[in-house]
Amino acid sequence: MISASLFTAFALMTAAAALAVLWPLGRTRALKGAREADLAVYRDQLAEIGRDRESGRLPPEQAEAARIEVARRILAADAGRETVADPAAAPATWRRRAAAVAALILIPAGAAGLYGALGSPEIPGAPLAERLAAPPDRGDIAILVRRVEDHLAQNPNDGNGYEILAPVYLRLGRPDDAARAIGEAIRILGPTAERHSARGEALVVAGNGLVSADAQRAFKAALALDPKEPRALFFSGVAAEQDGRPAQAAAIFRRLAAEAPAGAPYLPMVRAALARAEAEAGPGAAPAAAAPAAPGPSAADVQAAAAMSAQDRSAMVRGMVDRLEARLTEDPNDLDGWLRLARAFTVLGETDKAQGAIKAARAAFKDNQEALGRIDAAEKDLARGG
Amino acid sequence: MIAEIGQYALILALVLSLLQVALPGWGALKGDPVLMGTAGPIAFALFAFIAFSFGALVQLYLASDFTVLNVVENSHSQMPLIYKITSTWGNHEGSMLLWVLVLGLFGALVALFGTNLPDRLKALVLAVQGSIATAFLAFVIFTSNPFLRLVPPPGEGRDLNPILQDPGLAIHPPLLYLGYVGLSVSFSFAVAALIEGRIDAAWARWTRPWTLAAWVFLTLGIAMGSYWAYYELGWGGWWFWDPVENASLMPWLAATALLHSAVVMEKRDALKVWTVLLAILAFSLSLVGTFLVRSGVLTSVHAFATDPARGVFILGILTFFIAGSLALFALRASELRQGGIFAPVSREGALVFNNLFLTAATFSVLVGTLYPLALEAATGAKITVGPPYFNLVFGGLMLPLVFAMPFGPLLAWKRGDLLGVAQRLMLAAGLAVVAAVVIAAAADGSSVFAPVGIALACFVIIGALTDLAERAGLGKVSAKVSLRRLAGVPRSGYGTAIAHMGVGLCLLGIVCEASWSTETIASIRVGDSLKVGTRTLTLERMENRTGPNFRARVAVFAIREGAVAKGTLEASRRTFAARQMGTTEAGIRTYGLSQLYVSVAEETADGHVSVRASYKPRVLLIWLGAVVMAIGGALSLTDRRLRVGAPKPAARRPAKPEPRPVPAE
Repeated sequence: MISASLFTAFALMTAAAALAVLWPLGRTRALKGAREADLAVYRDQLAEIGRDRESGRLPPEQAEAARIEVARRILAADAGRETVADPAAAPATWRRRAAAVAALILIPAGAAGLYGALGSPEIPGAPLAERLAAPPDRGDIAILVRRVEDHLAQNPNDGNGYEILAPVYLRLGRPDDAARAIGEAIRILGPTAERHSARGEALVVAGNGLVSADAQRAFKAALALDPKEPRALFFSGVAAEQDGRPAQAAAIFRRLAAEAPAGAPYLPMVRAALARAEAEAGPGAAPAAAAPAAPGPSAADVQAAAAMSAQDRSAMVRGMVDRLEARLTEDPNDLDGWLRLARAFTVLGETDKAQGAIKAARAAFKDNQEALGRIDAAEKDLARGG
Repeated sequence: MIAEIGQYALILALVLSLLQVALPGWGALKGDPVLMGTAGPIAFALFAFIAFSFGALVQLYLASDFTVLNVVENSHSQMPLIYKITSTWGNHEGSMLLWVLVLGLFGALVALFGTNLPDRLKALVLAVQGSIATAFLAFVIFTSNPFLRLVPPPGEGRDLNPILQDPGLAIHPPLLYLGYVGLSVSFSFAVAALIEGRIDAAWARWTRPWTLAAWVFLTLGIAMGSYWAYYELGWGGWWFWDPVENASLMPWLAATALLHSAVVMEKRDALKVWTVLLAILAFSLSLVGTFLVRSGVLTSVHAFATDPARGVFILGILTFFIAGSLALFALRASELRQGGIFAPVSREGALVFNNLFLTAATFSVLVGTLYPLALEAATGAKITVGPPYFNLVFGGLMLPLVFAMPFGPLLAWKRGDLLGVAQRLMLAAGLAVVAAVVIAAAADGSSVFAPVGIALACFVIIGALTDLAERAGLGKVSAKVSLRRLAGVPRSGYGTAIAHMGVGLCLLGIVCEASWSTETIASIRVGDSLKVGTRTLTLERMENRTGPNFRARVAVFAIREGAVAKGTLEASRRTFAARQMGTTEAGIRTYGLSQLYVSVAEETADGHVSVRASYKPRVLLIWLGAVVMAIGGALSLTDRRLRVGAPKPAARRPAKPEPRPVPAE
């Protein structure tokens, strides 16, 4: 809301603006006509010719010619002017009042209306010096980052500083800086699988979800140090998928899902990726036409998810699940969809809903033996992994 | 809080500008002196609020308040103080706010100095001025708002475009805008005269200082821009016929024509309709320039940001003011009474000649600038109209104009004696021919351009001096008397002579630079040398330096003439981390009016550096000439005398010793 001091400032400014209009309206003044003004110029010109002539700068003949020319202009000015000297051109009080009222309404109303549409009175100003001087618990992340940056500029070999900074950069949407910071951490603190894959992830986010050659190298380095590093594995899978090797991708995702500890936060994403990869690869799955019907997270989704906190990430998963459920309610003839939904609910800990999804799938495919077999298998799988 | 106050002040200015159109306009219509009297106070208030708003933006930049998007996008907290201030207008939004600020300033100045104006004219002028302010304030507020906020604020800004991190940004845009926008005053006067349906010599007297002031600022602004491009862009050229440069040259040419035709109108009450048309055209061209630069039609250093909405908005403003004023002109021009007749060979005739050529030159630049754009819009074909076209057409039009320049001031008003004038210019012509012969002999006669150009420049400079000598009656009266007469020559007379001399100096610089520059391009390593002209440059070392917000790689050269060491020269490349952009900082050493110019390219992995070194003789004259022109204009501006053209040349009589009169008024 608008603060008292801001409101006072606005009120004073509005009053000053109104005054600038009202003040001249309150004065009575005589009209300075064109004729008088013109004559004033010509009189001055005549005087000047006289002075020039006396000082000898203008020979008398020339001065006389110039004088005649000016006289001619004076006559012309006189002749052209009758129409303007109009007695009706008197100031009328009603016009003055109308103008005053218009100004008094238009200035505050116009300004307030436009400001209402354009202004942001609720945002306080924040000069940098003030923000830097404020106690650090204000939640001004940008300034905290800046402090760490300034500290690192002074102490460029503080690896922990870079390590702290990197995930914050990622959350602030500065993946390039994040990748650079982890690179510094690796340089100073030495490589670990965790660091390499974090750097790879930052590069993927910077590349808008595309696993570039640089990023792949980072993940390979991570897996060389720890072949089970889940993030590196996951992105190797994504890379395989993006390279057009869905079968290999599915294998990686399957292994990752199998090795993951129960309730690992990344499981739903892995399973969704697995389903997608399987759909692309498997001859048993629906042909190409089904592919758009089973949208996994897009590259942009992956990128967004990588940049999110665990909490945000589950919110995103939640949203995807809801979308899937809504779609299946409308069009229940999508077996993969139902199975994916059931898996998702299981991961989210909502076993009732998972059971509901299985039930709905059975209802939709009650005449299809092969489908029913798959549903049974999935149910068993869920009961085990859940 | 400051951002919101700035925003509110800008909005109040918009509302006030509407009232500045409505109330004085209504008053002028009804002949109501009280309503007309609101024009002045509103114009002051309008300026005050825009200035307040601008001040708020400057303060936000100084404080690095990153809750303001504009500050985030164009500032860096580590920048030196001066760049924090100048980055206020080193971006689209801020520069438009500066534009509006200058517009408000001129409105307030008209209100302040216009006390001798008739009420109706003053009210109409300020109303027209107010309508321009309304259009551009709306443009700023609705499409280019500099006070948009950002939450949460980042910890650092994205820095100002490195090319603009230069003292030039403190000088070039304000000067240029003072010129561009200053022309709005002549425009408002012209439109007001058309609305009133009357125009006379007094009108010319009132508009003269505004046109002159705008012209002086425009001249300096263009010269500064040219010098800035010369030393910052690293190409060593001083004029590129870039559309953005043309955009500033066109109003300058039109304003130059206006300046001269207004003289005829003031002194002889002639050329009225033409003068009004020129006043409209000059400002219209400066609007076209603003459109070209600000709409994003052109991409260049100047197009800070491109946004189609802005282009359409400016195009709308452009159409309204240009088409509106020209329509008004078509309707009312026939009602303006013509006065003052003159023979073809006379001062007036010479000024008409000047106007014809300047207008044709303006048109040639306009065609060269707009034709590629129009062709691209119509057929999608991209062509460039480059220096060959401009040099040929524009140069071809300027040569006769420059040649005729010394004749003009020597001709008498109304009817002149061309033969007599030619005789008086014999000395100048003779010296010019001597100069040409000497140059041709020294240059082995290989090029005609240099001797002809130098001769023309000499003719113009000596011709301008001849004008002063004639006025003093040098050689006809005693030295003492002619000295006294010289002191008595009005400042406008000196102004003319000096400004014309400036043209000659500028031409001299152009010819020298074009004819005798030597350039050496080489790829060298530390320890290697290259020769440029009579000097040898040795790359002594490459070193790293750190600036406040950039890192620089500096090449240090030792200069030697023969075996004598003549100091060192540094050329560098800067890298600005925040934008990941680089700039070239040319190393320049000045010898009198000549310069040694060295720029370096990126270093290769094996330590080779591409070096471009040139020696440019008398190159400084190009800009110095422009400054001299501006000085002439300023001198003329301080001459507040009323001017009446005294017709008929007559035998001069010895003057009586009298002190100079105080200026009239």
